[in-house]
Amino acid sequence: MRTERGRTHAMDLNAISRKFGKLSLEEEKKCIRVKDFNLFYDEKQALSDISMMIPEKRVTAFIGPSGCGKSTLLRCFNRMNDLIDSVRVTGELRLHDLDIMDRHVNVAELRRRVGMVFQKPNPFPKSIFENVAYGLRIQGVRERRKLDEVVEQSLRSAALWDEVKDRLNDNAMGLSGGQQQRLVIARAIAIEPEVLLLDEPASALDPISTLKIEELIYELKTEYTIIIVTHNMQQAARVSDYTAYMYLGKLIEFNDTNTLFTKPKSKMTEDYITGRYG
Amino acid sequence: MNNTHLPQHISKQFDNELENVRSRVLSMGGQVEQQLTDALNALMKSDNELSKAVLDTEYEVNAMEVSIDEECTQILARRQPAAGDLRLITAVIKTITDLERIGDEAERIAKMAIDLADKQAPRSYYIGIGSMGNYVRNMVHGALDAFARMDPVAALEIAGRERGADSQYSAILRQLITYMMEDPRNISSALDTIWSARALERIGDHARNICEYVIYFVEGKDVRHISLEEMEKEVKG
Repeated sequence: MRTERGRTHAMDLNAISRKFGKLSLEEEKKCIRVKDFNLFYDEKQALSDISMMIPEKRVTAFIGPSGCGKSTLLRCFNRMNDLIDSVRVTGELRLHDLDIMDRHVNVAELRRRVGMVFQKPNPFPKSIFENVAYGLRIQGVRERRKLDEVVEQSLRSAALWDEVKDRLNDNAMGLSGGQQQRLVIARAIAIEPEVLLLDEPASALDPISTLKIEELIYELKTEYTIIIVTHNMQQAARVSDYTAYMYLGKLIEFNDTNTLFTKPKSKMTEDYITGRYG
Repeated sequence: MNNTHLPQHISKQFDNELENVRSRVLSMGGQVEQQLTDALNALMKSDNELSKAVLDTEYEVNAMEVSIDEECTQILARRQPAAGDLRLITAVIKTITDLERIGDEAERIAKMAIDLADKQAPRSYYIGIGSMGNYVRNMVHGALDAFARMDPVAALEIAGRERGADSQYSAILRQLITYMMEDPRNISSALDTIWSARALERIGDHARNICEYVIYFVEGKDVRHISLEEMEKEVKG
């Protein structure tokens, strides 16, 4: 026997969301602002009218099919696209108050603030210690105690310390792929960036190493704003707070990950995440 | 998930999410148990204030059901749980439906309590209800306890008590039929009492359902719609 369904007030649900500390995208602190941003490779437009706010100290994931522009957009945030001659951009890109695309921006300084990790781990052919200390040495830090401290701290943050603490002077090339990727992340965070860009950071790794990297991402977001590009949408679902779906150079939908993966607003997003695309 | 046999995931966040869902089911269970206790006390003591308090808290249980459901949907979408994790989530989704219905039945009892207090029904009607109420409340408590400890043997034992609730319901029915036969003026109050007993009997069914979900989660065996003896074989066999 079924009695009548009681009243559930929308208000109560909102109160419950607040209790669990969930902010809406609008309420988050902003880190990077993208406004009417376009990017061309010669005549071919790769990004069209992208506008979005990337929240601070959260994980934002870019998903979408190959060639949708997600890596291109990611690479704009620390001007990696400068290395390609044919690239031309319009629109605005700001890291807090800094106009990223401004000709006068010190790109080396920008890249110190916005670190990047690539798909394939790229440790330097040096010792584990020197890999992590590299950024500091370039900045002119010589003091051994300071270097020791930062190397240990960074390796701990990258969840690698326990595995390598007894062989810091071994060559980094001897580490496994998953360890190398965590080493590269340690190297990136040693110079205390504000933003970490991760371009397919786990796609060359086995499932367990992948989960370790994901767990690391989750822990790092207390300190850093993290933007991750991934082909693996389950990975985006697992690690990110916010997810952007891109298609053919356009931003189709940008929302908090729970909403995007349970009730996407756009039919295109739904088709992609349910495997009906193409 | 430190008090169950589940080992930790590599993703601590996933562990936290599962633990959070589990503990919210238990707190929803606690709330429902309290509602049932209050409804029964209100009935036995003709305490209309307490009855109204039960009716006023019903929406809290409903809101918990909706929000736990939402959380489970998000875990399914984001984590693609497998094996025991998947069974935990499906067990939770079903358990909270039964808990919410126990809450509905408690609400029904509280409404009957108000009616019966207004009609000043004779005390003798309640004797069976009081002991059946305690019996069923212990079942709900036991089912939640089995859920908390993920204990299939305890769940089996509680599920077996459902027969006792059925036979108490039949006894109350027989007793009240005699009152109605004695004097047709008793019929209205006697029917209200029967509805309360019926609500308790339904609560016993829901408690048994919860026990079945616990067995499903822990053992991976679907023990719905089979006899107690077969269920025992599945769990202990």
